[in-house]
Amino acid sequence: MYEFNYQRASSVADAAKKLGTGEDARLLAGGQTLIAAMKLRLANPTDLIDLSGIAELRGIKADKDGITVGAITTHAEVAASKDIQQHIPALADLAESIGDPMVRNMGTIGGSIANNDPAADYPAALVGLGATVKTNQRQITADDFFTGMFMTALEPGEIIESIHFPKPKRAAYMKFSNPASRYAIVGTFVADTGNGVRVAVTGAGACVFRVLQMEKTLSAKFAPDAVANIDVAADDLNADMHASAEYRAHLVSVMAKRAVEKAVAG
Amino acid sequence: MSVRLSMTVNGKPVNADVAPRTLLVDFLRDEMRLTGTHIGCDTAQCGACTIHIDGRAVKSCNMLAVQAEGSNITTIEGIAAPEDNMHPMQTAFREHHGLQCGYCTPGMVMGAIDLVQRHPDPDEAQIREGLEGNLCRCTGYHNIVKAVRAGATAMKSR
Ligand SMILES: Cc1cc2nc3c(=O)[nH]c(=O)nc-3n(C[C@H](O)[C@H](O)[C@H](O)COP(=O)(O)OP(=O)(O)OC[C@H]3O[C@@H](n4cnc5c(N)ncnc54)[C@H](O)[C@@H]3O)c2cc1C
Ligand code: FES
Ligand code: FES
Repeated sequence: MYEFNYQRASSVADAAKKLGTGEDARLLAGGQTLIAAMKLRLANPTDLIDLSGIAELRGIKADKDGITVGAITTHAEVAASKDIQQHIPALADLAESIGDPMVRNMGTIGGSIANNDPAADYPAALVGLGATVKTNQRQITADDFFTGMFMTALEPGEIIESIHFPKPKRAAYMKFSNPASRYAIVGTFVADTGNGVRVAVTGAGACVFRVLQMEKTLSAKFAPDAVANIDVAADDLNADMHASAEYRAHLVSVMAKRAVEKAVAG
Repeated sequence: MSVRLSMTVNGKPVNADVAPRTLLVDFLRDEMRLTGTHIGCDTAQCGACTIHIDGRAVKSCNMLAVQAEGSNITTIEGIAAPEDNMHPMQTAFREHHGLQCGYCTPGMVMGAIDLVQRHPDPDEAQIREGLEGNLCRCTGYHNIVKAVRAGATAMKSR
């Protein structure tokens, strides 16, 4: 990788200030995506601002209507959290399914959603649960946050501080994984929020999306057979060496059905 | 630009000035001459470079040395108790033929110890799942699973 300047930030305000000084400064969280991209010279920042020492960005807090996860909380910490296992077990399961133990020990929720890889798992949880992203500037709903392939609503200089997940009545995530990387070929997150059902799909398209027709039938009747016959159009879905668009479209329904089965079983 | 780095490696304090782009695995191998940590892929896929930072397994090829500031690092050279030649997990790999060429073995052992710390009595599925990030081109994994199970038992009576 090319040379760059490295600085540790002591607070969010300090990180924002340092981010403004470099010509092409980037935030560093777990580095599981960014370091790999820099080694391949796909990313060539002039400055890295390391967030890992900022205590206010780490940790998991439960309140009466949900859970707040700090941006630099690792996938392993989310998976092992007693609060999350108790209140939103589907979120703990999802975190446990990311990559492998070593990736989960370094990779963070903020880094994952800022990167918005089309095959990443967390976008499905945020959109499926109707989460809210808190940055150093504003609050952004998950529906507005993920805007396209590797694209988000984040403005230059904006830093994710935490994510708030409302507690669902029941929810589950089912993923058909790439056998090597464990990224989602298709992952479907289904949540019965108590205020309607949400179905979010990752891996299948350029960016996480909701399947409104499934949400409608599941809101009327929360049972696996309610989604089994709903086909998703293959037109805009991803096709690559791992799976064709038609196959991914099929997997969306299969994963949705299995997720409902799991959510009902509890 | 170089950055001051202070950490503990295998129980010894280490202070160095490093270029920010130095990978942790290169620092350990080239600067500290701890060549037990291997580089198999250099792309975060194979786990040969697995070490422990503050007791958790990580891939040292996918992080910068400066990210380890203030941490406590253990490499394969540092896992045996001073009075022993080998850690019980290493002995289990030898006794159960959990290696052939040995290239993946340091990472496998570091991954296995992390696994046993989280699941003291892992079953076969947990072992295979837990070693998801460690690839072996030789053994077919069967004896590795046996070794990790035996190593887990031996670690309990340690
Ligand atoms: C072998 C391997 C397997 C993997 N498998 C999976 C998988 O199955 N599923 C999956 O979802 N992911 C997978 N990943 C990716 C992993 O989850 C990464 O941890 C994650 O995508 C990035 O998180 P990070 O903390 O490492 O971010 P970094 O790499 O440090 O940063 C990523 C991007 O986010 C930005 N950023 C970081 N923090 C913030 C913040 N607080 N505010 C604003 N921007 C920020 C950075 O500037 C950078 O652009 C895998 C990775 C590897 C190496
Ligand atoms: S060398 Fe680090 S994962 Fe392969
Ligand atoms: S023993 Fe040869 S790679 Fe595992």
